[in-house]
Amino acid sequence: MTDFFIVVMAKYNYWLYIILMMIGLYAMIAKNNLMKKLVGMNIFQTAIILFYISIGYKIDATIPIIENAHGGGHGAGPLVIHAADYINPLPHVLMLTAIVVSVATFGVAMALAIKVYQRYQTLEEDELRMHIREK
Amino acid sequence: MTPTNYPALLVLAPLVAAIVCSCASWLRKTLCYPIALVGLVVSFFSSTVLLSRIIATGEEITYYMAGWSPPFGIEYRIDLLNSVVLVAVTAIALINLLASHQEVLRDAEEKSGTFYAVYLLFITGLIGVVATGDLFNLYVLLEITSLTSYALIAMGDPDRSPMASLNYVFIGVIGASFYLLGVGYIYIMTGSLNMMDVATLLPPLHGSTAVLVAFLFCMIGVWIKMALFPMHTWLPNAYAYAPIAAARAIAPLMTKVMVYVMIRLMVTVFGYDYIFKALHLSSSVVWLAAIAIVAGGILALGQRDLKKMAAYIIVSEIGYMVGGAWLGNNTGMTGSILHIINDAIMTFALFLAMGNIAFRTKNLRFENLSGLFAKMPWSMAGFALAGLSIIGVPPTCGFFSKWYLVMGGLEAGAYHFVAALIFSSLVCAILFFRVFEICFFESAPGDAAAHDHQGHHHAEVAIEEAPVSSLISLGVVSLLVILVGVYSGTIVQTIIVPFLG
Amino acid sequence: MKKTALLIVCLCGGLLLSATADFPDWGYPSSPASTHLSNHYIEKSMEETNVPNLVTAVLADYRGFDTMFETAVVFCAGLACLLLLRNSNHKKDRFYRHVPTGVILRFNKNSTREPGGREFENMDAHWVPDDLIIMTVCRILIPFIQIYALYVVAHGDFSPGGGFQGGVIFGSSLILLAISYNLRTALKRTTEKVLGIFSAVGVLLYVGIGLLCMVLGGNFLDYGKLVKVLPVDPGHIRALGMLGVEIGVGITVMAVMVVIYVNLASKGQHDEGL
Repeated sequence: MTDFFIVVMAKYNYWLYIILMMIGLYAMIAKNNLMKKLVGMNIFQTAIILFYISIGYKIDATIPIIENAHGGGHGAGPLVIHAADYINPLPHVLMLTAIVVSVATFGVAMALAIKVYQRYQTLEEDELRMHIREK
Repeated sequence: MTPTNYPALLVLAPLVAAIVCSCASWLRKTLCYPIALVGLVVSFFSSTVLLSRIIATGEEITYYMAGWSPPFGIEYRIDLLNSVVLVAVTAIALINLLASHQEVLRDAEEKSGTFYAVYLLFITGLIGVVATGDLFNLYVLLEITSLTSYALIAMGDPDRSPMASLNYVFIGVIGASFYLLGVGYIYIMTGSLNMMDVATLLPPLHGSTAVLVAFLFCMIGVWIKMALFPMHTWLPNAYAYAPIAAARAIAPLMTKVMVYVMIRLMVTVFGYDYIFKALHLSSSVVWLAAIAIVAGGILALGQRDLKKMAAYIIVSEIGYMVGGAWLGNNTGMTGSILHIINDAIMTFALFLAMGNIAFRTKNLRFENLSGLFAKMPWSMAGFALAGLSIIGVPPTCGFFSKWYLVMGGLEAGAYHFVAALIFSSLVCAILFFRVFEICFFESAPGDAAAHDHQGHHHAEVAIEEAPVSSLISLGVVSLLVILVGVYSGTIVQTIIVPFLG
Repeated sequence: MKKTALLIVCLCGGLLLSATADFPDWGYPSSPASTHLSNHYIEKSMEETNVPNLVTAVLADYRGFDTMFETAVVFCAGLACLLLLRNSNHKKDRFYRHVPTGVILRFNKNSTREPGGREFENMDAHWVPDDLIIMTVCRILIPFIQIYALYVVAHGDFSPGGGFQGGVIFGSSLILLAISYNLRTALKRTTEKVLGIFSAVGVLLYVGIGLLCMVLGGNFLDYGKLVKVLPVDPGHIRALGMLGVEIGVGITVMAVMVVIYVNLASKGQHDEGL
């Protein structure tokens, strides 16, 4: 029982984000309203972003900005930087890109939803399928 | 600018052309088409130079972006497989631009500048996906390709294309996000994002579940984006309702580039040892591919619309390539790689011919196609040649790649795959000869008007062909269908066999 | 549909969760992700690029090529919204309000006349009386928001910030103008043409700096070669190259944010907003 507890405490971040991803994926597939599907898409992509960011964490490390870098230490000699003091900057960089991509996809999807609504006056997928089949 | 900068020029030319084209669309609209043409010509030229250089020297070309060596920076890695796919992509993009000008002017006059800019960005994304050597860069370029294809597809039929594109958005986002998840799992286990670096870091980790799940999710993401059955549901609607100028570029290229990504992940990143010795998935995937081929063929038989029929044929062709790659022997992989090029050219020829037909007739439903052999002889000749290539008749290119796939299937003992291939050829023969029959006769047999004009029907049939630029493009591509078929032996010997080692 | 969705979700979730058994623990400092590449980035980037913010150093220098395509993604989104929604010939009835008396005139959608003079203002179909407090407060705040946005872009090298963040803040200041006044006021300040050209100019700036480096003899986006044209010492040239690139990103993101808002809020007509 205690090892299970230790395992959970060591990896609970990954589990939480995977559960969040699956909630978003379920909403994208199962919901009927287009807006709810879009919200599910957003939750899914955000959970992946959080998953990546949690990879970069190091215990007792600070944000990846080097302090007193330019002329901070007077006569203290060259700056010594220990890698263990700063968290990994690479997942943050990758996720900046992923956030931008998710916003761009959301914008294009909203534009498409507006076009659908202008034509059919409804956003429910079963009604839309009926309308389109009748055409 | 030294000649070693060709890999960067390859992807920058369409990008810069897209930006300048969109500026020009606000200032002076007539400049948009020439700028787009220049961008694609430069890109095509760079890709041919790279291919010739790689064949001549026999070693791959690497280019370090921003001057940092991998794995710290991003590298572009052009080897034999890359360069031949790049030549195909840039050639098809250029010919499509030449053939589409009249249609874009007719259908979307005031937005033509923005249309060309979005089209160029789509091609930039495709070129980048093929040329890159970094896993995350591939994701970013994949998303550029996807975003622009969502927009291009939704410009078609105003009743149906927004909903078709929105369905494609949802499924496409799931596919790309699964790929991103797979890359994330690879990153956690190895700490690197560069393809060659990951290939050296993965062998000690072959037994771990995380690497297995990473591989599965990368594969499933790529399969969703290439529309492998049963994840193909987005493709028929999206390609059938898209505007023909866009569908002509998206249909041949998008799914084939995804097949390239799958082969690259299989051969370079994960490696044959992992896939065929450590995992035991290959037989199930070959079964899935065989089912995909048969399902695509059967679903195509039930269609009454030429565009949807072509879309289901694409679904079937994807099954060929996935099955060929997963057979586990060099012949099958050769067939799969050769089929990437051949299928891109064949599908492009088919869509070019369909575009010419659609320029004159209202839509592409079977009822409207009667008498076309007389009215549009050149376009129908191109259509017939593309159809023969898809069926697999020598000396067109479709025959040779099918030959390699069948040989690979027999060698691996995958008789279900070989049976599916032969079944698919028969089904394609039925599909195309049915269309030829409809096009050959003047009108439906029970049409009263035809009987009245029986005596005069020779004088009444005027040749209403598509514009000359479209006909020239169709001619060039039909020539390519035959040339690539005749020279397929050379292609296999100089490019594919050295690549597979 | 819900049952298949549940099945797919349980399958995927189960696969993903089963793989976490192999993962290194959360925060473990010797995991492969924390040691393979990131050690080099953290320890060497100060001496190689002279930029304290490690995220900006990796974003704009080591992986600058990715960031260029990210900017292209933003540019694509703006173009896609324009391509899909922009439609300027939808005719509607127009409403004009005579400001001194409060009388509302309605012009049929087919008429082409418009009332002249400064006493008539063009009204939205869902018009409510303008709130003086909101209009005044926003009018005072917007320049400060814009200065803050420029600060965030310029200080991307030293503190959290950068081109994307600053661009979004600048774009949101223009959206604030559109929300507090109305869409036409915001569009008069930054017309559609200006926004379209700005969004292209930003990406062109990024690609242009990279091409300049290529022309000067280096690889694409190799900022070290810029010493041949800029009178800066070689230790600081990479930071300057990064600043130029971030400015390009900020311009594009600003323009595209406003383009997307304007097209979505007015459904492509550019006549009235939310």
